Amino acid sequence: MSTLTLGKALNEGLRKAMENDPKVLVMGEDVGKLGGVFRITDGLQKDFGEERVIDTPLAESGIVGTAIGLALRGYRPVVEIQFDGFVFPAADQIITQLAKMRMRSLGKLSLPVVIRIPCGGGIGAVEHHSESPEAYFTHTAGLRVVACSNPVDAFAMIQQSIASPDPVIFFEPKRRYWEKAEVDTDSADWAPLHSAQVVRPGEHVTVLAYGPAVKTCLEAASAAAEEGRSLEVIDLRSLNPLDIETVTKSVNRTGRCVVVHEAPVFNGYGAELAARITEKCFYRLESPVLRVGGFSAPYPPSRNEDHYLPDLDRILDAADRTFAW
Amino acid sequence: MTIDSVRGAPDTPELDRPELIQLLTPEGERVEHPDYPLDLSAEDVRDLYRDLVIVRRIDLEAVALTRQGELGLWASLLGQEAAQIGSGRALNDHDMAFPTYREHGVAYCRNVEPLTLLGLFRGVSHGGWDPKEHGFHLYTVVIGSQTLHATGYAMGIQRDGVLGTPSAAATIAYFGDGATSQGDVNEAFVFASVSNAPIVFFCQNNQWAISEPLERQTRIPLYKRAQGFGFPGLRVDGNDVFACLAVTRKALENARTGQGPTLIEAFTYRMGAHTTTDDPTRYRLKAEEESWKLKDPIERVKAYLVRNDLADAGFFEKVEDVATQMAKELREGCRSMPDPEPLAMFENVYADEHPMMTEEQEQFAAYLASFEEPASGEEAK
Repeated sequence: MSTLTLGKALNEGLRKAMENDPKVLVMGEDVGKLGGVFRITDGLQKDFGEERVIDTPLAESGIVGTAIGLALRGYRPVVEIQFDGFVFPAADQIITQLAKMRMRSLGKLSLPVVIRIPCGGGIGAVEHHSESPEAYFTHTAGLRVVACSNPVDAFAMIQQSIASPDPVIFFEPKRRYWEKAEVDTDSADWAPLHSAQVVRPGEHVTVLAYGPAVKTCLEAASAAAEEGRSLEVIDLRSLNPLDIETVTKSVNRTGRCVVVHEAPVFNGYGAELAARITEKCFYRLESPVLRVGGFSAPYPPSRNEDHYLPDLDRILDAADRTFAW
Repeated sequence: MTIDSVRGAPDTPELDRPELIQLLTPEGERVEHPDYPLDLSAEDVRDLYRDLVIVRRIDLEAVALTRQGELGLWASLLGQEAAQIGSGRALNDHDMAFPTYREHGVAYCRNVEPLTLLGLFRGVSHGGWDPKEHGFHLYTVVIGSQTLHATGYAMGIQRDGVLGTPSAAATIAYFGDGATSQGDVNEAFVFASVSNAPIVFFCQNNQWAISEPLERQTRIPLYKRAQGFGFPGLRVDGNDVFACLAVTRKALENARTGQGPTLIEAFTYRMGAHTTTDDPTRYRLKAEEESWKLKDPIERVKAYLVRNDLADAGFFEKVEDVATQMAKELREGCRSMPDPEPLAMFENVYADEHPMMTEEQEQFAAYLASFEEPASGEEAK
């Protein structure tokens, strides 16, 4: 066991994947000598060389497009998009090419490409550095979309994603990069990549979250417990496919559900969750599924982000409101 | 050098003054070029002629099948046969081609069944051939995207350490004049250049991007763009199969021996419409098409064969017969091509299991089954 930050756990996971499979490549802007702007790839170029850890030209479509070509030649590229708001120049290559090429080939081609995207706000950044673009990608058939929330999952899920024969969009909660936990880096006894996990059992309300919001929800659950209300927090971990069984099992028991994410609520991932839960748990629900998230406004200047991001009070408020029906 | 001396006057574009590499004139006269010697036997030339005639016939048949409602659409290669056969025949087994949706001639060179191409335009699949088996990637419909895939693939060849060895390979990326305005094509030039990747960028400048003439895409000849990216660019007579073959061979050989990318601008003309839904009479003059007819890529090879007594009337007749037979088989094959099963749309989306999609598939299967007539025996019960 070692105490690792989430960022270091990703770094160790990448290192393991590169050691285990010589076809694994890391590519992106500044991932080589600098080790990435968040140092997630720190030291990898030194140990694996410039051919396997590629400092690319500054062009996101080019990075993903050439990663597709490398995958067609038998490599397993792990692409770093420097910030969430920079992924859009690559959206065409991801949505139009990466996601669809397997079907286009009637299964003759596999595209084992991982696209790592640091996501979410809360770090006082300038515009385009705090976004949550997951719904654009969960809406695209052919992609798998996952989001880690803690160091243990970060270490495991990055390796599982690299091993996947399908393209994976891998969201990293950038404001949690410095969170620490004990990680067993010698074990490969991991939960399946596309499983949700109950991270805090509870009785009264099911709270669904992923990525950076999970920790906020756990804090909200602690605060609620002091007031005698028991929240069950589920870390979804995988957004596409969704582990709906773990979710419905919980909601069928609690009868109440609050979904929390940083992305705008309108047409956000929570809308899909609310719809599915309504279909599958209709007769057990005591109240509508409520959503807490970003507003229908672009991500605000950082001095205002604490009001935009779901916080403990807004989560508790939503949990309270589920008892108003 | 000043801004004013560098900026060309707007009314004197260099577009019409091609510095063209040509080995066979429109009249069928062989021209030697010191940098591109080409030693072809009589049989080689006859083979090229046969290829040209066959792909033109496949194309004409596909246009006819579209008119008859058998295909939803077809992108004709009419006029571009030499650019495609010349470059396609320059490839070896290890090379990988990345086509647009118009490279039917290259597909033919890479042994992709013409009927499979028709299936794509008929709507029974999005492609479906095995790119690895043919050294020919799937058709790419969105303009220019494939140039990055070709570049990445070439970067993979570099990492395999095969350049300069007998298993050396190169990629060739096909695209048109319109595509040169796309960001992806320019990014591919950058990535290929800084990686010194083994790739040939093969631009068929057919003068038209649907309705937009070349002047809407560029103020300088396209091949000159390469210089700014740091690799050689040249213009070849795209209606000259000899020149396309010789120049592409050389560029591929350079790539396979680690000398990096080349841009080839094959100067040609789209004799037909952009696709079968297009109407060129709305935007271009018949006279322009007529002038390009005089530069036909097939007629000049025929003239060369006749002029040098390399083929007799029997040969030309036989080629026609082969093409006609092929067209007949294509027609029959197309008409009898079955529609895909409804549930086939769920296949091959993911390599690994995807429970959500499987659930949808099962629900849809049950829904479809609910319309089926019960067997008569069951009905009696």
